[in-house]
Amino acid sequence: MQRMACSFPDEVLEHVFSFVQCDNDRNAISTVCKSWYKIERWSRRRVFVGNCYAISPDMVIRRFPDVRSIELKGKPHFADFNLVPDGWGGYVAPWISAMAAAYPWLEEIRLKRMVITDENLELISKSFKNFKVLVLSSCEGFSTDGLAAIAANCRSYLHCRNLRELDLRESEVEDLSGHWLKHFPDDYTSLVSLNIACLGCEVSFSALERLVGRCPNLRTLRLNRAVPLDKLANLLRRAPQLVELGTGAYSSELRPDVFSNLSGAFSGCKELKSLSGFWDVVPGYLPAVYPICCRLTTLNLSYATIQSPDLIKLVGQCQNLQRLWVLDYIEDAGLDAVAASCKDLRELRVFPSDPYGPEPNVPLTEQGLVSISEGCSKLQSVLYFCRQMSNAALMTIARNRPNMTRFRLCIIEPGTPDYLTLQPLDVGFGAIVEHCKDLQRLSLSGLLTDLVFEYIGTYAKKLEMLSVAFAGESDLGLHHVLSGCEKLRKLEIRDCPFGDKALLANAAKLETMRSLWMSSCSVTFGACKLLGQKMPRLNVEVIDERGTPDSRPESCPIDKLYIYRTVAGSRFDMPGFVWTIDEDSAMRLS
Amino acid sequence: MAFDKELNLEATELRLGLPGTKESEKQPTIAIKSNKRALPNFNEESCGSKENSNASHLIQKRDQEIASPAKAQVVGWPPVRSYRKNCLQLKKMEAEAAGMYVKVSMDGAPYLRKIDLKVYKGYPELLKALEEMFKFSAGEYSEREGYNGSEFVPTYEDKDGDWMLVGDVPWDMFLCSCKRLRIMKGSEAKGLGCAV
Repeated sequence: MQRMACSFPDEVLEHVFSFVQCDNDRNAISTVCKSWYKIERWSRRRVFVGNCYAISPDMVIRRFPDVRSIELKGKPHFADFNLVPDGWGGYVAPWISAMAAAYPWLEEIRLKRMVITDENLELISKSFKNFKVLVLSSCEGFSTDGLAAIAANCRSYLHCRNLRELDLRESEVEDLSGHWLKHFPDDYTSLVSLNIACLGCEVSFSALERLVGRCPNLRTLRLNRAVPLDKLANLLRRAPQLVELGTGAYSSELRPDVFSNLSGAFSGCKELKSLSGFWDVVPGYLPAVYPICCRLTTLNLSYATIQSPDLIKLVGQCQNLQRLWVLDYIEDAGLDAVAASCKDLRELRVFPSDPYGPEPNVPLTEQGLVSISEGCSKLQSVLYFCRQMSNAALMTIARNRPNMTRFRLCIIEPGTPDYLTLQPLDVGFGAIVEHCKDLQRLSLSGLLTDLVFEYIGTYAKKLEMLSVAFAGESDLGLHHVLSGCEKLRKLEIRDCPFGDKALLANAAKLETMRSLWMSSCSVTFGACKLLGQKMPRLNVEVIDERGTPDSRPESCPIDKLYIYRTVAGSRFDMPGFVWTIDEDSAMRLS
Repeated sequence: MAFDKELNLEATELRLGLPGTKESEKQPTIAIKSNKRALPNFNEESCGSKENSNASHLIQKRDQEIASPAKAQVVGWPPVRSYRKNCLQLKKMEAEAAGMYVKVSMDGAPYLRKIDLKVYKGYPELLKALEEMFKFSAGEYSEREGYNGSEFVPTYEDKDGDWMLVGDVPWDMFLCSCKRLRIMKGSEAKGLGCAV
């Protein structure tokens, strides 16, 4: 039998393995036998680390010596909503230093919710001879000076370094100046994708124009708000091959010459499939994009503060739309129109225009979502902010769309019941998990008891990520989820009456998940200590800005808890407000 | 509170339990008493004069609190990313601060007024406000005939300096081009479409 496994030369096996890209499949291959493990690890080119603290850079490098593409994620998801204090962690520095030494041929770095400094960016720009892709999603800690370093070193005759993608998706960048764009050398022509939508400052427009003009392969260009509308036409004429465009501010004095120039420029972009931007929209200029609407598959109007009639006129022409992001200004009537025109819709996100107002400011209710669920048979992914919901509506949506895989509903006021019956929304969400058998992601809201968790534990067998806020009555709720959801990887909970019991009873489950976040719940420090001691492969981080948990009674609930599995042990970069407990039962302070 | 007793609001009170069940039964709670970050709304200690302290009055309390102006904001709720919040807030603030104030004159009136055009959602609201402010009636608007049945006609000066009849162009276009308003007397408005 051993001879069978070694009967192919290594080169042949390596060639076969090169057709297998998916991480899970590669992991499976590596467990077949020692020889396959060895061949696989030398030929793995892409590594995804879902939690940068789950493993150390050295361990990755030791196992996979020749990686070309790495993706790292840092802070937990709730950091997006300011629940993770500044300085918690997620620093990419140790990874960059280690990889600069070990992976000289690294081509791609993708980071999400990590802290990256200008020094780190400089190191990246100098260390990797063949660097091609930098994606910084929701990152922070750097300035436009770091970007200048990337731009300046993007092209090298000696080493053929050719940057293709620079994507700053929703990162927080310190805007020192717009001159960084000028650092792209004049003979640099390989840009394929540039996303600077998150930058606040004005970038040097002439440098931008020249850059766009000399890069024939540019397919994605997402401008920032500071790029005025009257400059857009010129940019488009230099890049008619664009597939994805994010406009800057979409406002200007209504002038027929500017309008026709813009309209002509848009018409010239025959490949354009995705539009975004649209800050400060003047509705009079929207018809400029009508000629290309029929080709659009993605439309992000989530910054466009325009009213329903204008939105309807625009979206009504986008028959091939697959993804729509929009503000609740679209209203129920607008969503009816979308349901009628956009039969290919796969993803809908409706954001609140006035999230903190006490009263509804627009007629957008559960009805809009029901219409979409009826009219759009391919709908898979929903993010919907509204102020009222009913069990009946949720049941209708569930029955209409059993093919849904992502359902995130945010009823703005916590604890809102079914507005028709005043009952909790347990059965409504229960219908969602029962009918949508492939549901991977779910976010709950509204008035919910332990019953909804019983439904989730019973039916949501494919669920991977669950977000819970202001819900439940007792530990039984948490227990249902932890014991029932077999595929659960990420669980994030805030302001729920869940305590120690369910957590301790399901301690083993936590090792099968990426992470668990619990804030403003009823977990005690005593339970955290116990968990930390018993589970060496978990990091149990108590985040509390009120000072050491020892200064309060052990039964006092802790503020925030972040538990994640790891093979790297406790991390070394914890700030003063994070406490962790390790095996020898000593409380480890940072 | 005496008001409450007279109307017997208990009969129509909103609560989580089945009708007819006693309030003393355990009701589902949402917030934890010891939680320092509990929403002020849900903090049972702030019930005040209400005798029943359980959460079945959550909805009623919430309704009361909606009446009060500034509600305490919960950290990170609703779950909207900060760059989105900033974008909308900026827009709101700009709109509220800047306004679009234009002068309004009326033939025969001793002094002018100023109004914020952004406050109005469309022509009907604007005309009503003008009518109230200057105590006149504009009459019926039609595209063909202008304002029918009135001595006064609302007009505006556009960016080119021409005097135009209010109501002909789409509202947004009007907002962009209107520099000032003038309520013309019928006799002067002949030819602008006023059928006197």
